[in-house]
Amino acid sequence: MTSKEQILAAVKASQPDLKELPSLDFFYQDNLNQDEDLAQFIETVEFIGAKTYRVNSYEEIIAQLQQDFDLKGKRVISPLNEFSTIAEKYTGADNHTLADAELIILPTHFAVAENGACWIDDHLFDERLMLFIPQHLAFVLKKEEVVPTMHRAYERIAGKSYGYGAFVAGPSKTADIEQSLVLGAHGPRSLRVFII
Amino acid sequence: MKVADHAQRAKEFNKDEKRVDWHDETLWFIRQKRDRASHNIPQWEELRNTASQIKNHTLSNLHHYLQEFERNAQANGVTIHWAANAEEHNNIILKLLQERNISQMVKSKSMLTEECHLNDFLGDHGIEVIDSDLGERIVQLAKEPPSHIVLPCIHKKKEEIGELFHEHLGTPKGSADPQLLTEAARQSLRNVFLTRKAALTGVNFAIAETGEFVVCTNEGNADMGVHLADIHIASMGIEKLIPQRRHLGLFLRLLTRSATGQPITTYSSHFAKPAKGKAMHIILVDNGRSRQLGRPDFRASLKCIRCSACFNTCPVYRRSGGHSYNAVIAGPIGSILSPNFDMKKHADLPFASTLCGSCSNVCPVKIDIHDQLYKWRQVIVQEGYADPKKTVAMQVMAKTLASPTMYRIAGKAARTTLKYAPFVVNNKLNAWYLHRDMPEVPKSSFGEWYSKNRKNND
Repeated sequence: MTSKEQILAAVKASQPDLKELPSLDFFYQDNLNQDEDLAQFIETVEFIGAKTYRVNSYEEIIAQLQQDFDLKGKRVISPLNEFSTIAEKYTGADNHTLADAELIILPTHFAVAENGACWIDDHLFDERLMLFIPQHLAFVLKKEEVVPTMHRAYERIAGKSYGYGAFVAGPSKTADIEQSLVLGAHGPRSLRVFII
Repeated sequence: MKVADHAQRAKEFNKDEKRVDWHDETLWFIRQKRDRASHNIPQWEELRNTASQIKNHTLSNLHHYLQEFERNAQANGVTIHWAANAEEHNNIILKLLQERNISQMVKSKSMLTEECHLNDFLGDHGIEVIDSDLGERIVQLAKEPPSHIVLPCIHKKKEEIGELFHEHLGTPKGSADPQLLTEAARQSLRNVFLTRKAALTGVNFAIAETGEFVVCTNEGNADMGVHLADIHIASMGIEKLIPQRRHLGLFLRLLTRSATGQPITTYSSHFAKPAKGKAMHIILVDNGRSRQLGRPDFRASLKCIRCSACFNTCPVYRRSGGHSYNAVIAGPIGSILSPNFDMKKHADLPFASTLCGSCSNVCPVKIDIHDQLYKWRQVIVQEGYADPKKTVAMQVMAKTLASPTMYRIAGKAARTTLKYAPFVVNNKLNAWYLHRDMPEVPKSSFGEWYSKNRKNND
């Protein structure tokens, strides 16, 4: 008997009689309101350490980034054509070469109001490490792409096929030393969300 | 005979009263953050109820879901391994590493690998493992096990961590600034991430419907390790399954609010397919879980999503520290999981509770933790693993309570003794008294009081 057969047999012998899978309908009885959802998202994501900016154009984003960072001689990467004046595209085969990335700018699919998270999967970027390795990360979010809850978030991606995707809520952080919050544990030290 | 039990180890922790107060207050502060986060969600109780039912359903159909998960993960290009026990789990990992001539691995938080003692096993075979979660790295440098499943070094003061980092990472002597220490760990571990060919992670949730799994971290350490390595090994207990992706909506709403009071962890990473040119392996581990599934009184413990809310609320855990449990998972949930692994070794744990029920009240998947603690006590006494001093005392008490005459005599004797000769009870030879304050002695028993006053009122 293989371990698989052994485990499955033991589970089958041990599991109780079938219990019903509950309905989730209750969690979809919400009122969708784009303005309120966006306002809640901004409040929440700032609370967890991110910065948000309402902008009307990509030029505004570039201007803001140039104001916030001294990008001279620093490596900026983005898959978006709109940032070609300040950022290169990453097309390499060895992602270790991203180690010196100062700032990476990525698009996102949508954001979640209740927890400040943005969903991004590999339909929008090729290299998973880009979410984690830069010193600073910036997201571009379309202002109508905010859902109120995680239930609505999974409604958006329920049938989607992806290799990798993540909810990202704020900059990397830790409070492992005496519960003192420190931003920039292993991933980005800061997160900016540009709402366009 | 046992070397030391929970009470004796807790006494050791309680020698430094200031530290106990600090530990107690820190964890209570986290419990309060959890309260605020949960009170912000109007559907919190419905979330708990539904999540509990999803877990009940999954456990009742686990045989099906395990196979569905395997099929879908394989279709995604992931290799699935099955491990009946810790030894098999460890050997699978050793083989995967040796086949690739890898002698160094980076690992994010996984209580399962603690349970399997993976680091020691790989160390014995010449493979170095570095834990990348900051708290786990700290206890690894201190050569200690984690004392808490979410906050591994919650028992450590920053000065002690500063000392460790001075020794191992070259930070200035006497420096205990969390910002500076975290930065030192960041620099040191970045070099580790960039040079390791293998990364191991735990699994928070695995989705049968899609074959994907989700890993939650705040630091980003799991992803840093995985995306820079050639092979990603994910170790998961068979109870981590949930049926569908949309069920994650409930569990991710509950998990971090219950754990630290955050609305969600910084990263909730969904791993479905290996990245181009890389390998992804999942090890499905039983190691006693199917046995626990077969115990009707205790199977609900397998619903646990490892949030640690029961630790932070527990008056015993907060004042005795994680190491006093001498188990991979401490706290109330550890006290109902551990006797399944080794009833004799962990016979003391179900007694390390006041049965106040706070653990069950905060549990996001509504595990009846305090009821199970009580039920384990019965099993442990029946199986003969109880502390012999307690067994004798209980037998005497059972006889006394069964006889009305004996009960009256014993009651009177106790009142007289406590009133006139309290030192007979309140002394260090009485193990029971050591952990308790004796009550004020009433003048008479209720029985005596009732018969006297009843006459007056007739």
